Amino acid sequence: MNKSVYDSPDQVSETKRHILTVLVDNEPGVLARVIGMFSGRGYNIDSLNVAEVSNDENISRITIVTHGTSEVVSQIEKQLLRIVPVHSVTNLDQEGNSVEAEVALVYIYISDTNKKKVYQLCDLYRARKIENENNTTIFEIAGASERVNRFIKEINEITKVEIVRSGPVAISSIQKNEEE
Amino acid sequence: MKNEITGAEIVLKSLAEQGVEVVFGYPGGAVLPIYDTLFKQNSIKHVLVRQEGGAIHAAEGYARSTGKTGVVLVTSGPGATNVVTGLTDAMMDSVPIVCITGQVPQHLIGSDAFQECDTTGITRPCTKHNYLVKDVNKLSSVFHEAFTIAQNGRPGPVLIDIPKDVQFASGNYEEKNKIIIPSHRLFEPSPDFEKNKIEEAVELISKAKKPIFYIGGGCINSGPEASKLVREFINIVGSPVTMTLMGLGVIGSSDKNSLGMLGMHGMYEANMAMHECDVMINIGARFDDRVTGRLDAFSPNSKKIHVDIDESNINKTINVDVPIIGDVKQVVEKMISVWKEKKYKIDNESLKLWWNKINKWKEIDCLNYNNKGKQIKPQYAVQRLYELTKNTKTFITTEVGQHQMWAAQFYKFEEPNRWLTSGGLGTMGYGFPAAIGAQVGHPDALVVDIAGDASILMNIQEMSTAIQYRLPVKIFILNNEYMGMVRQWQELLHGGRYSESYTDSLPDFVKLAESYKAVGLRAKTTDELDEVITQMIETKNTVIADIWVTKEENCFPMIQSGSAHNEMMLSKDQKQDKKSAEKGKILV
Repeated sequence: MNKSVYDSPDQVSETKRHILTVLVDNEPGVLARVIGMFSGRGYNIDSLNVAEVSNDENISRITIVTHGTSEVVSQIEKQLLRIVPVHSVTNLDQEGNSVEAEVALVYIYISDTNKKKVYQLCDLYRARKIENENNTTIFEIAGASERVNRFIKEINEITKVEIVRSGPVAISSIQKNEEE
Repeated sequence: MKNEITGAEIVLKSLAEQGVEVVFGYPGGAVLPIYDTLFKQNSIKHVLVRQEGGAIHAAEGYARSTGKTGVVLVTSGPGATNVVTGLTDAMMDSVPIVCITGQVPQHLIGSDAFQECDTTGITRPCTKHNYLVKDVNKLSSVFHEAFTIAQNGRPGPVLIDIPKDVQFASGNYEEKNKIIIPSHRLFEPSPDFEKNKIEEAVELISKAKKPIFYIGGGCINSGPEASKLVREFINIVGSPVTMTLMGLGVIGSSDKNSLGMLGMHGMYEANMAMHECDVMINIGARFDDRVTGRLDAFSPNSKKIHVDIDESNINKTINVDVPIIGDVKQVVEKMISVWKEKKYKIDNESLKLWWNKINKWKEIDCLNYNNKGKQIKPQYAVQRLYELTKNTKTFITTEVGQHQMWAAQFYKFEEPNRWLTSGGLGTMGYGFPAAIGAQVGHPDALVVDIAGDASILMNIQEMSTAIQYRLPVKIFILNNEYMGMVRQWQELLHGGRYSESYTDSLPDFVKLAESYKAVGLRAKTTDELDEVITQMIETKNTVIADIWVTKEENCFPMIQSGSAHNEMMLSKDQKQDKKSAEKGKILV
């Protein structure tokens, strides 16, 4: 639905999940500008991920997962582009082909009775045990959000866990010419 | 090192290089180094206001009347928070402003120091961009970029927050032409990219049977040349044209094609024409809710062309058929050349029928009001003000409310940049400081703030500023002892329960003026009105003219919230649709 004090007259398209990738100058306050735009205009952020991607140019890539109708998401893209340090906004869902992945770290409460089952499940999902000085059972799983969800659901049925997730990052998989 | 100067000196040098002539401000602890440097130079004039909120509105008035960037200088903490309203106002109405705020020294940031606040955090959503400058060597490049961003694309306010230690530190100054601003930080118009769209639009216009141009403030921001081109194009097409509140003056009121203002309190014929047109050409307007009324009934049968420099305005509330991203001047220039090149001609027969229809709507005479008796009608007061000032170079500013709408309806503007009003944010208290700014920019012109009795009290302290700088601003108060627009809505939508909208204990405005050594005048009846207006114009001093008007006059015509363009109320007696009134009540 369009944003107005009046009801929108137009056909409303379906609400969908969208992954936006935003390239920004890595300067103070830039993240606040981006998320402030979302909260200020009443849009949703499902997950958010920020990291510098090029050392020499000081550019960060922000990956935002949001949901909304195509009208709303197109407004989000245009509002993001108004922010001065924003280089570009790409809607990966609209580009068609993209690959996404996220990382989860899972602290698993382990006992003699569930140990075998846990290890079997981790093996099945190719979750990797992370060695640490306290020798606690912490697994790392990476991949599509769906797969991480399933893993977490199943491990939860076996034992108590603590989870931290990065939220998805994504990249276009369309072949590019070598210039950038 | 040699060539190094202090941060405060860099500030002044940057302003001077940017061609700044005047700064509106108020000193305080965190900007003392800048004020000290200001003291030692003569090229930049400083206007001391009486509250920071006044400074930024004055800068807005200066900017909008001159086309230059307005500059504000205030201190940290309360100085910064007091300009927030004005920054938001400038953001909504696209006014180029550079606002300099002092900040506590860097080692105190985050310690809840005296007069500390997170200025960049607070002002992030109400500026186009803002900076906290931590390195004195970056100060000049920040200033040059700030001025460019304030003016570039859709103009707006930019804020620069400078910690006190940076103002004292020594660093290098870089000149304007040595600064390269990366292109992604600016709006770069690409008229060639939009060429096809422009051709499509012009073809659509040429085939229109019932066209209407819908002109907004973007035409004014694009510079005086843009208004000329828009006039030229409309003349070639012969189409009717209506303007938004912000666009008044782009087309002269006396222009035969002009239908005046549209929207909530716009002209009946303008709104009806918008409703029934087959091609709408929006140039530099943004389908604001005061203009569109109910969206699902907005101009249902038209193809819509939308020229806007800000892409986010495209399809924001109204979906359009031909969007064109670009600057009005460039786009309209191209439109004219395409029209001429292709030798387009509009269907004159249809256009004539269209005009006949519009002329029928005009016969309703929607601005008609009952002007009987000795008491002054507010509409009449504005009409007389217009008649007595129309041959003088006059700038009109307003506060917000009924008087603002009457001014828009009854004062006739022939040129752009002569009408300064707070449209988007609707800031009461805007008009008087804006008039001060306009007068600073045009010392010899007549500047009149058409005000209401409630609004004027919001920034009345600026009387001192006007007197100190000998600014002969005229305050023309339509005094009905009410917050008139609030009262009108309460009458129409809330059963006439005038909750807190009576302005009790008003000052005696004549004595108030005299206490500032200004001139106070009063008109209580129609007989006195012309005399008071004439005396006001002739007085070479700041004047408050207290015009006592009928108290419960309503501003008509009116599209009530939640209604469509073809559902205008022409008077109070008109039966309103109860249901839509109930629905409209929840809207703003």
